Amino acid sequence: MINNQKNKIQSDSANEMKPPNVPNSFTPSGIEVPISVTPDMVDFSEVGSPGQYPFTRGIFESGFRGRLWTIRQYSGFGTAEESNERYRFLLEQGQTGLSVALDLPTQCGYDPIDPMARAEVGKVGVSLSNLAEVEILFDGIDVGEISTSFTINGTASISYAMYCAVADKKGVPREKLTGTIQNDILKEYVARGTWIFPVKPSMRLIADTILFSNQHTPKFNAISIAGAHVRDAGCTAIEEMGYTLANGLAYTDELIRRGGDVEKFARRLSFFFYVHMDFFEEICKFRAGRRLWAKLMKERYNVQDPKAQMFRFGVVCGGSSLIGAQPHNNIVRVGTETMAAVLGGAQSIFTCAFDEAFQIPTEHSAEIALRTQQIIAHESGIARTVDPLGGSYYVEWLTDQMESGMAKTIEEIEQYGGVEKAVEDGWLQMKIARRASERKQASDSGQNVIVGQNYFRRKNQSEGAGEIFTLDPKAAAKVIAKYEQVLDTRNSADVKKSLAALEAAAIDDNKNLIPYLIDCCHAYATVGEMISTLKSKWGEFQEPVRF
Amino acid sequence: MALLGKRILIAKPGLDGHDVGAKIIALALRDAGADVIYTGLRKSPLYIARVAVDEDVDAIGLSILSGSHKEIVVQTLECLNELDASDIKIFVGGTIPRDDYEGLIAAGVRGVFTA
Repeated sequence: MINNQKNKIQSDSANEMKPPNVPNSFTPSGIEVPISVTPDMVDFSEVGSPGQYPFTRGIFESGFRGRLWTIRQYSGFGTAEESNERYRFLLEQGQTGLSVALDLPTQCGYDPIDPMARAEVGKVGVSLSNLAEVEILFDGIDVGEISTSFTINGTASISYAMYCAVADKKGVPREKLTGTIQNDILKEYVARGTWIFPVKPSMRLIADTILFSNQHTPKFNAISIAGAHVRDAGCTAIEEMGYTLANGLAYTDELIRRGGDVEKFARRLSFFFYVHMDFFEEICKFRAGRRLWAKLMKERYNVQDPKAQMFRFGVVCGGSSLIGAQPHNNIVRVGTETMAAVLGGAQSIFTCAFDEAFQIPTEHSAEIALRTQQIIAHESGIARTVDPLGGSYYVEWLTDQMESGMAKTIEEIEQYGGVEKAVEDGWLQMKIARRASERKQASDSGQNVIVGQNYFRRKNQSEGAGEIFTLDPKAAAKVIAKYEQVLDTRNSADVKKSLAALEAAAIDDNKNLIPYLIDCCHAYATVGEMISTLKSKWGEFQEPVRF
Repeated sequence: MALLGKRILIAKPGLDGHDVGAKIIALALRDAGADVIYTGLRKSPLYIARVAVDEDVDAIGLSILSGSHKEIVVQTLECLNELDASDIKIFVGGTIPRDDYEGLIAAGVRGVFTA
């Protein structure tokens, strides 16, 4: 009933508000753009060449002619069997990498029978509480050939350990494994919320994962430092990149503290962002971020190897830029965003489905999202030459503006006392919440045009997408039944022994925890058991509630 | 200041970590004059109901984006009942499919709000 009222208000205000006739002169990050950018406004000295420091024009000399970006669609839901079926479908359709979505209990470290978990089992991703589930998930899929990305953070080290263990079981040498775990805890405290432990032990666990991975799975990216979530939580494109690079620096410092060689580990750091709708600002965000990272690596850490200066990143097109109203318009938004990602030089792209603003995509909407990338890759021709926008007055000018904004964002955090402090105090969380509120007010007041939502609404417009994806209502029960079966059949002595070894290693700062986690996985210890063991030594993060 | 004197609890039940919507609503209600309490992430329905009673709130806003709204809403209503506090009104926001609105209203929710 209250909703009817809300719809009424929206359509009334849509009638009242006239859309602007001309474009806004400010980018969403607040940069004022001149009507015409002239050559005297541009500093071309840092444009350089593709594949060369400072990599403004991309990290590869041959751009996409050498290798197309990885088309990687995010999926996973319900049981491991269902997800396995969807993966095989996507691989048959020409997808080149897998991306595993995990359910919240797995991401937060709860077993499916935990009272905190029951309502969420299998909802936003697949439940992987123990190795038996991972074995089902990759049944019939060659983990030595396919690259797999796991969107997981608080329990990323365990997912990584599971992936190593499943390779062991299949007889695939670990060094053949390729893929990515997100494993970026800092932004979880700020935006995504799957934190578990306090900041310090979390940083150690991340560093351990990266250092182990560099040695044993050298082709695997053990961290994907993500700006996507803070962006979706409300901050601007400049802040998205600035905060993310600041986090990258914090991980770099921690890795060095734990004995890592920056020339080596920096080669495997990777990044992850959203692309929203402001086309040139997004392109320049990537160009500027890539250049700034290379400079930070060289100037702060004296990194010499170009491969360790290179900023490699994946992107998601969609997220909060997708709108529930007139949802098919999102296909156009995702297409535009994909082009920005390509022109910005992304290494891998995930395109959201048009119905993702309100549900898990159907097979139909997921296919359109995949086809969008294939059309841009193979029909549009924009990937034909490296950095086709390089040298454009506007693009180079805006790249410079974005870069200086990002540098200021990093400086502001460092002046506050660093990322870890900003997160522990809730300072960063509060800043982002305020930004989100501003963004909401800007769209409510009609300052920002969102087609179909605040302008150009149709009378009696439907908000649905037609076809609805529904989860198997029995999925949770199936997951729990399998979980109990594993508990009944595993060797409890092995479980106990491996967990006890993990517990001892947790309080020994000289130990790398990953081999202990892999042993636990092989013994079919569960995610909940491993996390509880670590919690017993490390405690839990106490969320500072500020808004 | 339409909400002057009202006390409202904004809560994040379950494991969902998307708290932007919750915070935007908390800020907006505060701007409208209400006393707003925000629970932070990952709270159980029982915890939320207890805080609501202890803080003597007029309404609870539940923010859920993980698809588990049906289970969580029902549990929260049950907990309020057990604490003799079914007079506290519940409203829900997040990623809620339109087809679920009616069921939530029938269960006792006073309003469903989505983006």
